[in-house]
Amino acid sequence: MKLNELTIKEASEKLKSGEITSQELTQACLDEIEHKDKDIHAFLLVLKDEAIKSAKESDERYRNNQPLSQIDGIPVAIKDNMCMLDTKTTAGSKILENFVAPYDATVISKLKSAGAVIIGKTNLDEFAMGSSTENSAYGVTRNPHDLDRVPGGSSGGSAAAVAANMCIAALGSDTGGSIRQPASFCGITGFKPTYGAVSRYGLMAMASSLDQIGPMTKTAEDAEILFDLIKGYDEKDSTSLSFQTGGAQDLESRNLKIGIPREYFAEGLDSEVKKVIEAAIGKFKAMGAEIIDIELPNAKYALSCYYIIVPVEVASNMGRYDGIKYGFSAEGDNLLEKYINSRSEGLGAEVKRRIILGTYTSSAGYIDQYYNQAQKVRALVKQDFEEAFSKVDLILGPVMPTTAFKIGEKSDDPLKMYLSDIYTISVNLAGLPAMSVPAGNIDGLPVGLHLIGPQLSDSKILKIAQEFENNVLSS
Amino acid sequence: MTYKTTIGLEIHVQLKTKSKMFCGCDNNAEGVQPNTLVCPVCLGLPGVLPVANKQAIGWTLKTGLALNSKIAEHSKFDRKHYFYPDLPKGYQISQYDLPFLIGGQVEIEVAGDKKIIELTRIHLEEDAGKLVHAGTDSLVDLNRAGTPLMEIVTEPCIDSPLSAKIFLQELRSIMRYLGVSSADMEKGHLRADANISVSADEKLGVPVEIKNMNSFKMVEKALLYEEKRQREVLDAGDKIAKETRGWDDAKGITYSQRSKEFAQDYRYFPEPDLPPFEPTKMFDLAKLKAEIPELPAEKRKRYQSEMGLSLQDAEVIAIDQEMANYFEKTAEIVSPKLAANWIINELKIDGLVKIKPEDLAELLKLIDSNEISGKIAKDVLPQMLETGKSATDIIAEKGLKQIGSEEEIAKIVDKIISENSEIVSSIKAGKTSAIGFLVGQVMKETKGQANPAMVNKIINEKI
Repeated sequence: MKLNELTIKEASEKLKSGEITSQELTQACLDEIEHKDKDIHAFLLVLKDEAIKSAKESDERYRNNQPLSQIDGIPVAIKDNMCMLDTKTTAGSKILENFVAPYDATVISKLKSAGAVIIGKTNLDEFAMGSSTENSAYGVTRNPHDLDRVPGGSSGGSAAAVAANMCIAALGSDTGGSIRQPASFCGITGFKPTYGAVSRYGLMAMASSLDQIGPMTKTAEDAEILFDLIKGYDEKDSTSLSFQTGGAQDLESRNLKIGIPREYFAEGLDSEVKKVIEAAIGKFKAMGAEIIDIELPNAKYALSCYYIIVPVEVASNMGRYDGIKYGFSAEGDNLLEKYINSRSEGLGAEVKRRIILGTYTSSAGYIDQYYNQAQKVRALVKQDFEEAFSKVDLILGPVMPTTAFKIGEKSDDPLKMYLSDIYTISVNLAGLPAMSVPAGNIDGLPVGLHLIGPQLSDSKILKIAQEFENNVLSS
Repeated sequence: MTYKTTIGLEIHVQLKTKSKMFCGCDNNAEGVQPNTLVCPVCLGLPGVLPVANKQAIGWTLKTGLALNSKIAEHSKFDRKHYFYPDLPKGYQISQYDLPFLIGGQVEIEVAGDKKIIELTRIHLEEDAGKLVHAGTDSLVDLNRAGTPLMEIVTEPCIDSPLSAKIFLQELRSIMRYLGVSSADMEKGHLRADANISVSADEKLGVPVEIKNMNSFKMVEKALLYEEKRQREVLDAGDKIAKETRGWDDAKGITYSQRSKEFAQDYRYFPEPDLPPFEPTKMFDLAKLKAEIPELPAEKRKRYQSEMGLSLQDAEVIAIDQEMANYFEKTAEIVSPKLAANWIINELKIDGLVKIKPEDLAELLKLIDSNEISGKIAKDVLPQMLETGKSATDIIAEKGLKQIGSEEEIAKIVDKIISENSEIVSSIKAGKTSAIGFLVGQVMKETKGQANPAMVNKIINEKI
């Protein structure tokens, strides 16, 4: 087995035993990037020298038997919307083409102090707005399983990097499915934690009330390792939560009550995908879980609700990109013209679309009928889940209605693109933890199984996912 | 025609917390190089998040308790959007529909009449940076960006420019008593915008907003000007335009800045980066209340009813916390009226700082006991200020205390003369300069408490 194909768990054990060095591991990933990324374009920035330096330092710690953590020396890729000190951080936008972050995001600080080797920054839809990584100002990322197809988005670069073994693990961010959807399309594990479980400090905000950072890994076990490292209350993020570890010890699948939402299997779900998901549910049943039909009656409103709330927050969060203080700056005869030109040239079509939508729906006279109404619907969506979780421990379903679509297939039709997020967004509206776990393939294209749990059941979901994974592997 | 004037004020008070409203940067930007008290958060860099300053919230609640406002059970911050170069995020974190404080009153006295100024609300927000205009360029200084601002809005209930001025002075005083702001208008710690309308009947007229008033005097002058202007417009049968006008202090006029026919849309929505608050649960209100000192209005009453001061003296002293504290300490030792008179008329700001109240009391006691005259005391006070010595010491040194009768001094002179017969002879022989030696001996004998002029006179008579 090539070193870059190892999981965090495997690599960590080999590093500890001295069987491999972090330099070898890091070099294997760098070689793979060199070899594959011309075609895939998962990375916007490869931190070659810095990574080798970190790897050397890590090896020194292992030689002294003092590794800092289980991910000490492990090459990790970072979605390029997370700020990293003295490192170009673009969010896939032209308006930040020359922006060098003067500080570390909390997750980056945590990775650094755990000894991780940060190998590069990955491509994304501009400011995480998109479902295909086609909206990047720096070119599209391709799906390692089929280079004509999208890797999903917005964390498409991270998903492709993990899937193509160009790194051992990665961080993504999920506002409406941006971790789970590309994980599903690329056949990796993507975990979106409970809102607030991981600090957002240093994550360039898209929709602040929904954004959440999470791990993108090769296995559920790795997701848990990485999640345990980045989670926890952060005094710099007032929406972050103190998080108890454990609580999942006594879990066994045979005691589980699993809810299957009728709405997630209705019209629009590809019949082949449906079969894969039903087979996966069958495995849970075989493992002894009780399968219960549930209803999420307001799920049908989630999409419209989401596409009102998100643009309002986007319009607000994008206000700071004025071309004056940092980043790309266009010429203009006066201040207003400079603003207009900088934003017109610096921001892409999807970002502009959401700014315009959000400005409209939050303006006086419209905010009640749109934004405030959407917040009420959001509460109902949340309530649906609360009711469901009074009866079941876990909800299962598809992550995506289809497998990865072709590059360019939906990029001219925003509405069609938005519809691909139908199963993932309600989770963000409710702030729940959820996960995409590989469940099978259709014509070589991966399908992800969606695991959704109640708030703060993160550890539980991660454990159940591992059990499922082991079961699939052994069968 | 007789007109009714109605004024409402919107006041921004800069809180003097140690750090800014949503980050850890130093909040005191006075005399500091531009853009040095900044961090990723107050610069509004990508990815940053605000963290609310608990002290600022606590001080706001304390202000509310002092002003009889209702403290909201549920409160939150909102984003107020507008585009301006000194606003780093493109929005200001402010409060929209759930301010920390609702209602409230401030009691003032205008020419002997008590007036209650009703408050609408008080909320907390962050300040923007400031623009510095240099030739054709405008430069941005973000040191002030993120300074906590308390916005106090009054009802349209103020009946005259003078009342407006007195209210603002009272408010400044309260802020200082509470220790939450330096509230210096000239330095922009306290900024006031006014809405003023004039009408011929009981209905409110068309409000005109007045800005750029940077001192209490300017507030009164600008409002007087505006009151007169609006009356003249109405007298001429014209209509008042709903607009914002600026005060030009040099010219002494208000001038039209922009029309307010179309309200600006700030697109307020709840700040998603800061969870809502339950202020009454977040703070120990009883403890906050206990921290509130006696405020100027109460002091004014007490000084008049219990200490016998005139309204005017009570007002002058009570408005200034430092002076009030000084007065109260002095009045523990000497009569309040005497203390008030001296503190107001003689002590001046320098004296408040350099002379201790008990030292002033010592001086005043000497007047009270007729040991020195008031006139002499007025000479002593500057010397106390200059030398730092006590009144008694100065009086003794300078022989200002009229101790000993002429007979008493004569007795001592006799004694000195008999002890210094040789000197006396030399004086009699014409060496008059030796008299000084005898005077010195007498002073020594009296420990300097005799009046040297009198001693001189007696010696001359005796020899």
